[in-house]
Amino acid sequence: MLLPDLLKLTTSSFLAYRMRSFLTGLGIAIGITAVILLTSIGEGLHQFVLAEFSQFGTNLIAIQPGKVQTQGVSVGIFGSVRTISIEDAMALRHLPNIEYVNPSVTGNAELCFEGRTRRSTVFGAGHDMPKVMASRVALGSFLPDDDPTQPRALVVLGSKVRQELFAGQNPLGSYLRVGGQRYRVVGVMESKGQMLGFDLDDTVFIPAARALELFNRPGLMEIQVSYRPNASLDGVLHTITALLIARHGREDFTLIPQEKALEVLGSVLDVITFAVGALGGISLLVGGVGILTIMTMAVTERTAEIGLLRALGAREGQVLTLFLGEAILLSALGGLAGLGLGTGIAQALHWLFPALPVRTPWLFAVVAELSAISIGLIAGVAPARRAARLDPVEALHVE
Amino acid sequence: MIRLEKISRSFMVGDQQVAALRGINLDIAAGDYVSIMGPSGSGKSTLLNLIGLLDRPSSGTYKLDGGDVTALDDAQQARVRSEKIGFVFQSFHLVPRLTAAMNIELPLILAGISPAERKGRVAALLENYGLVDRADHRPDQLSGGQRQRVAIARATSMHPAVLLADEPTGNLDQTTGKEVISLLEQLVVQNVALILVTHDPVIGSRARRQLHMVDGQIIDEQR
Repeated sequence: MLLPDLLKLTTSSFLAYRMRSFLTGLGIAIGITAVILLTSIGEGLHQFVLAEFSQFGTNLIAIQPGKVQTQGVSVGIFGSVRTISIEDAMALRHLPNIEYVNPSVTGNAELCFEGRTRRSTVFGAGHDMPKVMASRVALGSFLPDDDPTQPRALVVLGSKVRQELFAGQNPLGSYLRVGGQRYRVVGVMESKGQMLGFDLDDTVFIPAARALELFNRPGLMEIQVSYRPNASLDGVLHTITALLIARHGREDFTLIPQEKALEVLGSVLDVITFAVGALGGISLLVGGVGILTIMTMAVTERTAEIGLLRALGAREGQVLTLFLGEAILLSALGGLAGLGLGTGIAQALHWLFPALPVRTPWLFAVVAELSAISIGLIAGVAPARRAARLDPVEALHVE
Repeated sequence: MIRLEKISRSFMVGDQQVAALRGINLDIAAGDYVSIMGPSGSGKSTLLNLIGLLDRPSSGTYKLDGGDVTALDDAQQARVRSEKIGFVFQSFHLVPRLTAAMNIELPLILAGISPAERKGRVAALLENYGLVDRADHRPDQLSGGQRQRVAIARATSMHPAVLLADEPTGNLDQTTGKEVISLLEQLVVQNVALILVTHDPVIGSRARRQLHMVDGQIIDEQR
């Protein structure tokens, strides 16, 4: 039997049972729509979250004080955990393959300008912070390259702070009180928007050494290091570890490469996408049961026809192919309709709610269509085998 | 061409074995015109199904064109059916959703014959059986006689050596029944062996060889 003939024969039975075939195909279509829609949203979310986290660049390493240890030696013997200092940050600058180093302290302080006050996040930072964090200065300049241990009292404003405290005025050169101390405004940052609900613009940046003083902290919370994109991460990690061990005498710090963190995050998000896809898969399974039902009915209804085909010289395999072809074609067409519907709805959602991240990778579409076809195949096997194994004499006598 | 030797066929009905055919010996040559008559349950249809390779004997040998066909597997038997045997049924057995032309084409499609050749053969058959203006009609739009003509055209589309007709006039009125019989008899002239199962002695007596079956045995043959 030639393929075009197989298609012709199978489509003839669809046309004979239009409503029924349509509804069965619809079952698969709804399943595929659900899978495509859910995975599109899952993948959109994935991309969105990763973009949020990688907006600071991906060749970053965060160095934090303290080391998670599982050995049973008390820290008390050697004294408490040593903090990471501004001197550590200065030393890291001279390592090979390191581009920028930013000592970082975060806290909360009251800002005061001409009687207006506001509590905002205060970042203690170094001269290179904008380069490390991929942020830009809108007005004036960022903190100057002062001696990191004895910096001048200068401040750079986030766009929100500028708007709230200096509405309409040029803040450059004005004096802002940060936690009671006078800071001269030297710059304003470009707006960075929100990240996971945290307003990145409701901030001010002051030199890290002054922030330590302000918050009365012994050491930095974190040092961010950016390395050359073409340098090997492992090599950079190794040199940083060696340097800090030399300075501290032991490994009392933790290195967190952004790349690795993103990998972990990415795999978590992949699992979420997969899980929602599997939820959609349940409706696809229901669609498969629909195909099984309809094919079982078709075999019963067309028993005499099966007997006839055998009498006309059809092999068991040909009868099997005919019925299996019908099941597969039904699910493939339903799957295609579902693909259209799913991507259509996904695009419509994206258009209606631009904030909702939606993305349909073509690979998902291919996988969804393939799973529709395999579901048709699996659902069709049992009825098709039953059809093929019918005794032709008995089948011919069924009316 | 057809040689049946000591063919028996028994069925299990409940836990009882019922013999449908007992030791049938039969030779049929190319161009033979054979009618099989007998009461219901005498084994006429079983014999026809066996000759048509739709059923297998419980014992005995069946040779078709010199080769033993009882030992063939399903695919080989299907091939023999496709190439050598044509069936005409009492209830026509047309596929209801296919047009008359498609029904006639069905054996050719199953045999994998190229569309170009099929087109020619189907056109010739439609012409022969006076169905040209009915080609695109579905079976439910055809009269009983037309339906049986489609079925005969279909049965002959692969140029079979044997045509098996099981009560071909059973669902037709007398006039159309006669037409159908004369169509079948034309095939005999073309050297096709026609084996006809019938209740009707008028139709049965037209055959050159008339077999009478009772209780699974051929009790009498008239020539």
